[in-house]
This record gives sequence, structure tokens and C-alpha cells, in this order.
Amino acid sequence: MADMREPIESGCPDPWQYLHPTMRKNFGQWKYHEHPRPGVLLHVAYSGDKIWTVKAGTQRILDVFTLRKLCDIGDQFADGYVHFTLRSNIEYMVNDETKVQPLIDALEGAGFVVGGTQNSVAMISHTQGWLHCDIPGTDASGVVKSMMDELIDEFRNANMPNRVHITTSCCQINCGGQGDIAINIQHTKPPKINHDLVANVCERPSVVARCPVAAIRPAMVNGKPSLEVDERKCICCGACYPPCPPMQINDAEHSKLAIWVGGNHSNARGKPTFQKLVAAGIPNNPPRWPEATAIVKRILKAYKEGARDWERVNEWIERIGWPRFFEEVELPFTKYHIDTWRGARASFNSSTYIRF
Amino acid sequence: MAIDKHITPMLDQLETGPWPSFISGIKRLRDQHPDARINEMTNDLLGQLEHSYETRKGYWKGGTVSVFGYGGGIIPRFSEVGKAFPKSKEFHTLRVQPPAGNHYSTGMLRQLADSWEKYGSGLVTFHGQTGNIMFIGTDTQNTQHFFDEINEYGWDLGGAGPCVRTAMSCVGAARCEMSCTNELKSHRMLVNNFVDDVHRPALPYKFKFKVSGCANDCQNAIERSDFAVIGTWRDDMKVDQAEVKNYIADKGRQYYIDNVITRCPTQALALNDDNTLAVNNRDCVRCMHCLNVMPKALHPGDDKGVTILIGGKRTLKIGDLMGTVLVPFKKLETEEDYESMVELAGTIIDFWAENGLEHERCGEMIERIGLANFLEGIEVEPDPNMLSHPRQSSYIRMDGWDEAAEAWFERQAEAGK
Repeated sequence: MADMREPIESGCPDPWQYLHPTMRKNFGQWKYHEHPRPGVLLHVAYSGDKIWTVKAGTQRILDVFTLRKLCDIGDQFADGYVHFTLRSNIEYMVNDETKVQPLIDALEGAGFVVGGTQNSVAMISHTQGWLHCDIPGTDASGVVKSMMDELIDEFRNANMPNRVHITTSCCQINCGGQGDIAINIQHTKPPKINHDLVANVCERPSVVARCPVAAIRPAMVNGKPSLEVDERKCICCGACYPPCPPMQINDAEHSKLAIWVGGNHSNARGKPTFQKLVAAGIPNNPPRWPEATAIVKRILKAYKEGARDWERVNEWIERIGWPRFFEEVELPFTKYHIDTWRGARASFNSSTYIRF
Repeated sequence: MAIDKHITPMLDQLETGPWPSFISGIKRLRDQHPDARINEMTNDLLGQLEHSYETRKGYWKGGTVSVFGYGGGIIPRFSEVGKAFPKSKEFHTLRVQPPAGNHYSTGMLRQLADSWEKYGSGLVTFHGQTGNIMFIGTDTQNTQHFFDEINEYGWDLGGAGPCVRTAMSCVGAARCEMSCTNELKSHRMLVNNFVDDVHRPALPYKFKFKVSGCANDCQNAIERSDFAVIGTWRDDMKVDQAEVKNYIADKGRQYYIDNVITRCPTQALALNDDNTLAVNNRDCVRCMHCLNVMPKALHPGDDKGVTILIGGKRTLKIGDLMGTVLVPFKKLETEEDYESMVELAGTIIDFWAENGLEHERCGEMIERIGLANFLEGIEVEPDPNMLSHPRQSSYIRMDGWDEAAEAWFERQAEAGK
């Protein structure tokens, strides 16, 4: 151990050194912003200083060649500073308006996509999927690449009623997070248990404790200590799979995609909202997932046509009502849309508010 | 040198279409990178990924990998099909904490890229959903080497496992007029006071800090963090009436009635006959909508601070929880102000570490023991801002009412109300 190096526990680095000088100078002194064109923001400080931000979408999983290309563009046009957004877009800041168009041209020329500002369909937030996760029901980067290929015009423009945040997740942990539209794995069969491995691999009491519906209990199977699942109680959530990989939840046929809508993190106009189930049973169909994309596009089309200015997806539906939503997007309404979890009663309509 | 390239007909279909392709990027590493180690590693990675696409299954499993002195920060990945794809059979990710607000110089990004291609696959993401830079793909030995190298020039691992996780903050005061606080400072003060809890997982489950400069909450703090800090203000909103008139001259009176006045969630706004805006600041809940529509005319007030909410999280295990208001308003001006916020976070983490069950998030513990008991445990007095409305169930024993009511009046008197 003598040659082992002690870590320097420096934690989160100070960003001050990485701020564009105009941002450093006007820190906390910004006055207003404008949106000169999609993909570009203009911020004006009380000092009179201006800074233009050009935002671009990338493949998110960056190879070092792509990262260096992004750096080259930053060096050439943006004084060597960049900022990454929450949704993994890259932003370049320039304090000279004449640099904006050449910067856009350089980004587009190199294959990146300028957009993602204001009322656009923003970059889909996602994580790893089959590329790196230990529990994924699907891929994330592939789903996102396939969908963004089809939604690229909505990313490049900003003509939705309000911004649209799409997320995707490969299990119910939902790393992608709440979204105006969320495309998430929904398993439909209980885990398949490899009883030979459970005793050696899984800490059985913790696995029992993980189950949200107490469907797992210790059992002896073929003379070995294992776990069994009460399949009538099991909700196929997959919570047992991470602590106990022999309880395989992913299934090539029965792990489906579900689509949820109306998640909204902002407090603007209303309190933040969680997303609601609208479609399920969608095939998990690599490499292009056309069925899921088709539904997303139907929802976006109905929203774009039907929502008023500033209405997010949840607000649009709240105004037109769920019956009309299902009608407009041509999705079936089923008993599975009726919540059964704790607090479900709060989602029932206890009034005569019915639209005809 | 020539490598035996895996055939990837399914992945190849992700190279068509206008959006940048991550598959093309991985292939560039396979085909063009000068280091044979990277060519071989990414080739086998593509092989395994194609296998996943064909069989619709993932083939990574976790394990135990860390760096010397730490217990977390690495996402270990061992392949279950390593025999077929041996060069990527160990493919760990290092979670590295970004600078607060995700600002970088290209010089620093190049330095990180140089280090990463020495030891890793050459694949990196800015950023994962917890907020880390994800350096994706290296073996156990190189995990240590890469960390040692970048740790020397200022980079540290983030959290993984049951620990304080890497924090996130919005671009904030650096470039946004809506910012009501110094997001970068809160972010670093909070997470850097818990480095031990970041690096050595020993808590019931994960604990996340997120900071947004205003109620637009661009960091999704209320829904995605255990400790959400949201900028706000408590004096009057600033109104530049000349700019209000300019907006109306531009888009018309009807537009602003439909999109500002009637969209105010508490009907705190009215449009006067002379096209000036009337604001009832007592009713305003600082939702940010009207400021978003008229950023030139409307601005946060001067008496800025933050609201702190506790306990947001996603589904597992009891269902989705938004954070709950714990501190309706807190000034963050002096060092003491910031220190008292860190102290509050410490009190909450300690209480949760003692009372939380294994794999129980802070919000789930609050749900189980009750908000009132949680408040008592961390010695925070109840406040009506914490609720949407008071209780509607009469099933409660209330023989301590008189004392509680008296304590309320005493606190009000102390606060000079």
C-alpha cells in the first residue's frame, strides 16, 4: 500500500475560472434576455454588455474526437469557453454579434444541430441503457438517436406552444426523469428466477424489503435457499432485479415501452406536476423503435395544434380534458389508466365537471 | 493494425438520419484512434452492444471497484459475455464532479480528453442525470491511474451508492436575469461540506442537492433532489412600466391579457386602462410566469433569498414525491447565512442516517414518520407554508393544542409580527 496515492478530496471545482469573461464581469447583473432566432439567446447586462449564446445538440455519448471538435469550434469562435445544459446540449457564448452566424455555420457544418431554445422540442434527456447500465430493459442512446432524427425540425425551430421536454428511461427507476413526454420501460411479466444463484448472489432480506407490494418471500427451492414471488401480487416493477440479478426482469418480448405525459418541473403558472400514463404495450423494437416514435409524434402534433401560447403539455390537457386528449391522439383508454397506488383516490373525478 | 471488426448490422442503422450518431463516434474510436487498446476495446463494446440489440437484453453486471481511499464514485461494469468480447469485459465508469453550473474552458476539456484516452475508452458524457461527467469505460487498474492523474489537477469523484451525490446547479447568476441567488456558491458550499459522505457511502440511500436560481427550476430540483434550494424574493417584484407598454405596443393588449393577466395562478395581476401593469405583491407566489413572458419589464425584487424543499424523488419504492417546503425563505448573503444552510443540511442528513431504513430516501422517511415528527426531530417549527392545506382528517389526538398554540404566538411575537 506504500505506493498508493492518497486522494485529494477537493470535491466540486470552482467554476469561476471557466466562466466566459463577460459572464464573470456581469455575474448577478443580467437585466433581460431575447431570443433572436432558434438556438440563440441574447442576454443583456445592466452594464450594457451583451452576450450571445449558441446552443447545439450532440450525440451526448461523445468520443474524444467529437469532444475535441467541439473544443476547436469553441477556440475559433467563442474565446475558449463552453457551458453544458441540463439536457447535455453544448452552449457557446460570444460577445460579438458578428461571430454568431459563423459559429452556427461551423457547428452545423460539423454535423451538430443548433436549436433547443425556447419553444422547441428540447434534447431528450436520457442515460445509458444497454451501452453501460446493469439493469436496462432497452437502450437509451439508440432510442434518443432514432427519435431526434424524426424530431430534428422541432429542435431546430421554436414553434411549439411552449417548450417540450422529452425523457426516456430503461427501467422504472426513471433516470430520464419527469417529462412533458416520457418513454419508459414497463415490464409486463414477473421476474424469472435463477434459483441456483440467489443464495450466493443476493442478500435475501434486502431483496424482500425492496418489493413495494411485499410479493417476495424467502423459500427453499430444490433444496437451496432462494426467493419466491407471489405472481398475483407482483406489479412487475423490477425493483428486485438490481439487488438480485438472478431475478431477471428484462424480457425480450414482454418488456414493453409505456408513454407518460404532463410532467413539468417548473413552478410557472402552476405547481410542478408528475407525468401520467397514456400509452403502454408498445414494442421495445431496436434499432429504431418506430412504434414509440409514431405515438410521440401524434402527441406532439395534437399539442402543437391544440395548445394555446405558453401552455405546457400538462396545462393543455388540463384545459381540454383527458377524454379529448385520448380522442385527439387516438389512444385507447383502459382500466390500466386508473391509478391503484396510494393516493389514487385524489385522481378520481369527484365532481360533475364533464366536457361534452 | 488490423482488428477483426464485429459485424453490427443493427447498430449501423443508427448511423443514418440527421441527428449526430453515437455509433459513428464509437466507430471513429475503433477505426481511427492511434491507440490499439482503444480500437480493440471499442470494437468489443460495439460487438456486445449489437448483441444487446439482437437479444434485447443488457449484459453488464455491477461489482466492487473503487479507488484507493474512497468507497464509491465508480460504476463498476463487468461483462456477462466477456468471453465473446474480452477487450471490453471490464468497462467501468468514473463519475467525476463537474464545476458548479457546468462551465468549462476548452483547455480543460482537452486536458481531460488527453488523460482519458491514455487510460480509458475515449467515451465521455457531459453529464449523467445525477450531474456527473461520465468517463465511460476503463478497466480496474486504469480506473485508479486515470483518477490519480485528473485528481492531481483539480478533479474529484462524485457519489455512487448510498451517499451524498454530486450536486447540480443552473447557469444562474452567471448568465440569467431571473437568478435570485448565487447558485454556484450554494452548490459548492453544500456538497463540499459533505465530501466524506460523497466518497464513503454509509447512508440509508442516495441524498441529492440541487440548486435552481428561480422557480422555473431548470435543475428539476423539487422533483429530483432530497434538498432543493430555489431562489426567490420577498419584497415587491420590479416593474418597468415603460417596457410593459412597449410589449403591449408590440403584441397588443389582448395577447397580454390572455398570456399574462389570466395566467397568473393567484390572480395577482391586472392591466390598467393606460396599459400599465398592477401587481398585488401580497398575493404573488413568485411563480415566474409573467417574468418569463416579459423579461425586459419585470424583474425579481431586491430582497432575495431561497426557499428550501426536502424529500423529492422518483418512483421506487413508495411512489413519486415532490419536495416539501421546509424553509419558506432564507437570506443567503453573509457567510453565516450559508453556514447555517449547511448546518441544516447536516442536521437533516444526520437525522435521516439515524432514522431512515435501508434504501429509504429522506422523503420516504418523512412520509413514514410524518412531517410533524420530522420537524420535531430536526428542530424546525411548523409553518403553514409547508402545506397546501391543513389536515382534513379528524383522526388525531390533540391534547397538546394549548401549548402548541401558545408556542406559535410566542414565535410570532419574537419575529415581531
